[in-house]
Amino acid sequence: MKILVCISNVPDTTTKVKFIDNKKLDTNNIQWVINPWDELSLTRALELKDNASNGIQSVTIAHVGLAGSEPTIRKALAIGADDAVRINSEPLDAYYVAAQLSEVIKNEPFDMILCGIESSDHNGSTVGGMLAEFLSWPSVSAVSGVEIKDGQIFISRDIDGGKEKLTITTPVVAIVQKGIAKEPRIAAMRGIMMARTKPIKIFEPVSIEPLTELVSYELPKPRASCKFIDPDNANQLIDLLQNEIKVI
Amino acid sequence: MSVLVYTENWDGKFKKTSFELVSYATKLAEMLNTTATVLSIGQVDKAELENLGKHGAKKVINATNEHLNILDNQAYTNAIAEVAKQEGAEVIMLSNNNTGKAIAPRLSVKLKAGIGSGVNRLPVSTNPFTVYKKAYSGNAFATIQIKSEKKIITLAQNSFELIETANTVSIENLTLQIDGSAVKTKVLDVQKQTGKILLTDAEIVVSGGRGMKSPDNWGPLVELAQLLGAATACSRPVSDEGWRPNEEHTGQTGKIIAPNLYIAIGISGATQHLAGISSSKYIVAINTDKDAPIFEAANYGIVGDALKVLPQLIDAVKKSKS
Repeated sequence: MKILVCISNVPDTTTKVKFIDNKKLDTNNIQWVINPWDELSLTRALELKDNASNGIQSVTIAHVGLAGSEPTIRKALAIGADDAVRINSEPLDAYYVAAQLSEVIKNEPFDMILCGIESSDHNGSTVGGMLAEFLSWPSVSAVSGVEIKDGQIFISRDIDGGKEKLTITTPVVAIVQKGIAKEPRIAAMRGIMMARTKPIKIFEPVSIEPLTELVSYELPKPRASCKFIDPDNANQLIDLLQNEIKVI
Repeated sequence: MSVLVYTENWDGKFKKTSFELVSYATKLAEMLNTTATVLSIGQVDKAELENLGKHGAKKVINATNEHLNILDNQAYTNAIAEVAKQEGAEVIMLSNNNTGKAIAPRLSVKLKAGIGSGVNRLPVSTNPFTVYKKAYSGNAFATIQIKSEKKIITLAQNSFELIETANTVSIENLTLQIDGSAVKTKVLDVQKQTGKILLTDAEIVVSGGRGMKSPDNWGPLVELAQLLGAATACSRPVSDEGWRPNEEHTGQTGKIIAPNLYIAIGISGATQHLAGISSSKYIVAINTDKDAPIFEAANYGIVGDALKVLPQLIDAVKKSKS
């Protein structure tokens, strides 16, 4: 069985973002990381591969981005992925990214693709599902557990108001969320050394029109300053919630 | 041309999130000089379907097919796409909940319709069609133009004011044709969360962090939540330590919520936590550290020990109710 993990290159999640002309992210002083959900996907893929009885032959990374995102791909290889593909283009929108990924993937014999449920920059929650539709593969979303037994895939997913266990045919796209792995795996020195020579295949993008376009960014307006209440008079808070803003 | 809303039901009942979708669709339809149609799939009785009309829907398509009793993303996508074509829908709307996130992206590719996901207000304009949405996990907002002829909007939960109308709705029954052999998902077990208010539905949320000091101290927090009719939540360290279940983790990689009131108890307010709660209408913070970042996000704050403040709050709520 071959697993593909799609990764997005995002600013470290503690970044206070700034924009140039309200349109372009100011990349000065930004630390780039693997999107947190994708990092959890990768961790789970590697855990599955560690157990030889699962019969995972390889874990491959896929990414749509320019050469500048190679350090993030190398990081994924250092954590333990076997190889990577990079589609050499700016990720123009989710539809564009999913279409580019599907062009490369349709010719490769992957059995399972793991995608994070969203990226921490665009918060779209769309690439995984779009990719599955481009490939005409089944997909499962909000996945919090993946197991393999005798070559069959068992998935736990969150539904709105509960949890389900299910099984599904391969090839499949699993769109994963928190719970899929406990902690993201980190790269060891040996992994970092080995990653230097692991192959990254580069593909040029095909011509696809994105469906959406960014008009502008803005920063959130600061909240009104906090009104402090004396801790010995905490009951005053309840009064304010009830009578001032009337939320309880 | 119309605005088509898909809403799921929960054991034959709709939730506030369904009515929010219908209200949004009705307002959007007005902007587009058209009307809102709702697609409901599965067994829902007539009286409940009529409730959708009270929030502005002109037509409800009540579709059934035994293969849609479980959520198979492909079967649902095909079913909704079929109805969207039949109705000539220009905009298709779904909730930005687990089901919406599973179906909307597939639908986008199938109908070549660009998505505005997790929006919480009406489009900035309909020509060009531009929507306003969260970006960088709440650290920014983006205005996005959807350039395709058809559009998909997924609506953030608890984000849109309900409208009430005296409108009557026409109900059309539809039997969908679905090839059962194409359904690839086989559900083995379902565990429904019962008797508890769902975190993503809740209008009030009481949430605890490391400042609660031990899993044994959660009693008063749960009591306060019960008194307020609130759901309980927690910060990431608390769920990572196993003090509280994973489903309660609120924050960037956990649940993203937008209640009317969020009470953060013993939570310092790291950026990742704020990403999950910044859309709350009001935030109350209780923390021993007056410099904790949570106070920058909060409307009301108490600098004090959670375990000492909680009993006072409980007393005050009890008194206010009696």
